[in-house]
Amino acid sequence: MDKEKSEKIRKKLKKSTIGIAGLGGLGSNAATSLARAGIGKLVLVDFDKVEESNLSRQYYFLDQIGKLKVDALKDNIKKINPEIIVETYNIKLHKGSMDGPFKEVDLIIEALDNAETKTAFIEEILTKFKDKPIVAASGVAGYGHSDRITTKKLGNLCMCYDELAKSSDDDILIAPRVILIANWEANLAIEVLLGEDK
Amino acid sequence: MSIEVNGKNVEWVDNETVEQLLKRMKYTFPLVVVKINEKVIPKKDFQITNIPDNSKIVVLHMISGG
Repeated sequence: MDKEKSEKIRKKLKKSTIGIAGLGGLGSNAATSLARAGIGKLVLVDFDKVEESNLSRQYYFLDQIGKLKVDALKDNIKKINPEIIVETYNIKLHKGSMDGPFKEVDLIIEALDNAETKTAFIEEILTKFKDKPIVAASGVAGYGHSDRITTKKLGNLCMCYDELAKSSDDDILIAPRVILIANWEANLAIEVLLGEDK
Repeated sequence: MSIEVNGKNVEWVDNETVEQLLKRMKYTFPLVVVKINEKVIPKKDFQITNIPDNSKIVVLHMISGG
């Protein structure tokens, strides 16, 4: 591959900061993928602790059960690349102050679980940050139907979207599809940061 | 006198609000992100925001999972 191009990409990614809201199946897997891709700084936001049931699809390990997700994921990222700067917020996002941790980031990944919080988060981010790109996802549950997933681009908002999928309240969350969409988000984030590969 | 909703041409109705349009389109799903001509409309404004003629509207359904 063109050395000049790869060097340019490496530098640009290293200079970038990505914020991730929610460190479940989407957020934890997107974060580790972005760490491997060489993003310079990650801002991680979650209020929860690692539970045994999370291990079926989230990027945590048995010996991390009971730890805060922000701390556990920071440890895992540091094992991949100790040079990445990881900033953590062990907080629950509340309407009206959801933008707080993300003021300085170049791009935000929405990786929240609950539909209501997702909607409120996207609304608030799009309203408060006029130019900041946000990558979001809806339709994660279930299995199969990989090619039903599409990317919707609407100004600053990019969505990984399967409108025919069921809510996770009515359908199972299984690793392959969750992780596929997590990486779809991570891949989209890189596309937005670097511009389209021609 | 028409608007575009999720890529479909739809008749424009004078004085119609976002809430009424969602009902007319049978978008009964409770959680949606609505954009009119690239501008996001907060849910609290659905009842008071009118749909302008010739506008382009995108309605995205948000469902749980992550």
